[in-house]
Amino acid sequence: MAYWSPYDNNGGTCVAIAGSEYCVIAADTRLSTGYSILTREHTKMCQLSDKCVLASSGFQADIRALQKNLDARHQIYQHQHNKKMSCPAMAQLLSNTLYYKRFFPYYAFNVLGGLDNEGKGCVFTYDAVGSYERVGYSSQGTGQQLLMPVLDNQLQSASPLLLPSKESATPLSESEAVDLIMDIFASATERDIYTGDAVEIVVVNADGIRREVADLRKD
Amino acid sequence: MAMFMQQQTDDSSFKKNMLFRGQQDQSSALPSVGFVPAKSPTTHTQYPYVTGSSVLGIKYKDGVLIAADCGGSYGSTLRYKSVERLKAVGKSTVIGASGEISDFQQIMRYLDELTLKDKMWDDGNTLGPKEVHNYLCRVMYNHRNKFDPLWNTLILGGVKNGVKYLGMVSMIGVHFEENHVASGFGNHLARPIFRDEWKEDLSLEEGILLLEKCFRVLLYRDRSAVNKLQVANITAEGITISKPYALRTEWEYKAFQNPTQGVEGSW
Repeated sequence: MAYWSPYDNNGGTCVAIAGSEYCVIAADTRLSTGYSILTREHTKMCQLSDKCVLASSGFQADIRALQKNLDARHQIYQHQHNKKMSCPAMAQLLSNTLYYKRFFPYYAFNVLGGLDNEGKGCVFTYDAVGSYERVGYSSQGTGQQLLMPVLDNQLQSASPLLLPSKESATPLSESEAVDLIMDIFASATERDIYTGDAVEIVVVNADGIRREVADLRKD
Repeated sequence: MAMFMQQQTDDSSFKKNMLFRGQQDQSSALPSVGFVPAKSPTTHTQYPYVTGSSVLGIKYKDGVLIAADCGGSYGSTLRYKSVERLKAVGKSTVIGASGEISDFQQIMRYLDELTLKDKMWDDGNTLGPKEVHNYLCRVMYNHRNKFDPLWNTLILGGVKNGVKYLGMVSMIGVHFEENHVASGFGNHLARPIFRDEWKEDLSLEEGILLLEKCFRVLLYRDRSAVNKLQVANITAEGITISKPYALRTEWEYKAFQNPTQGVEGSW
């Protein structure tokens, strides 16, 4: 008997790293279903404002619905307040939006990166139902298990368990962070079948937003 | 409680419920709570009946080509042999559907209504492939949200304002744009060929030849594929959907006559 599920996992990996005055957000561009590749050029990123970028992996249709929802809410916010939403505000909105569908969740695993009100890099990481935390770096998606320990090892961030708490932003320079991201995506591509084709890297800093794309293995 | 809350839609269900309550009342062993089984959810739309096989689509130099065969399978029975699975929407878009044929016909009714209402504005504006794709994504996704999916994978192509467009939507709303797309078995058998041989400046003849090559592979390997196909050509000049035609096939290869010869342990 034919069978259907309202969910699918279309794969992909997202990473974000916060520095003291920049934020790098990255995701690969492969869209898969099961063992098939649907397309090699599908962006998982969504620019929500001039200081805020969302990268998501999971179920593509839910992700698109979530992005449209956030875009619409941001439009309303701009009309009401005559300014763009700050990144921490967007982070709270994303959490609420996810929790609103607690009992039929968006199957979306998000990393939100950008600059906070002081111009410092910020990264927010989520689960599918809206639990979130501000961190110095994070990764989500099918390659998460491969990337996270490398980030832990390489980023030299202070432990979040330290008291009094220290800043979680990495001491790495912007170009070092971008290089690290290229390397870890190349590594994840070696072992994760859902990650590959190309990595899209977005850098947010005081100058604005810069986007670059680097090729990855296509097998 | 549930009993009072349930809507009485027709006489017979009312009687059934009364009877049920009567039985409950007679039983002294059970507490006299009016227990009514919940209305079972609709299930007949949860699986497909008559399905169409792969649809292939490519961009080429002057526009977009979409191809589909004319088969409609009732399970594994080839029940219908003249199903039109390619349909034009407006003046610049063609949709090809695999999956449940009746759901596709329903989708076409939605689109007819959409294009009619759009025409009634009489502002000279028409819906292009991008708009139709966007609409279909919402329709498919909203149906899946209601747990009542339209059991199709849709391929959609067109040309508007000199821009070629080719996209796809699945039954649960996954969607994307590409230079070449294929649904169903086509994603396994045709797309690797597309990836090898497709290029941006394919001529019309080369494009049709490429689609036919892929269809021949599908014909040999996909049991629900039929040797009767249509090709739609969408250019800036307009839409042409070909009459159904057959491909030349060759079944006399030696390897076909005893395919398991030399395979140890097989029949």
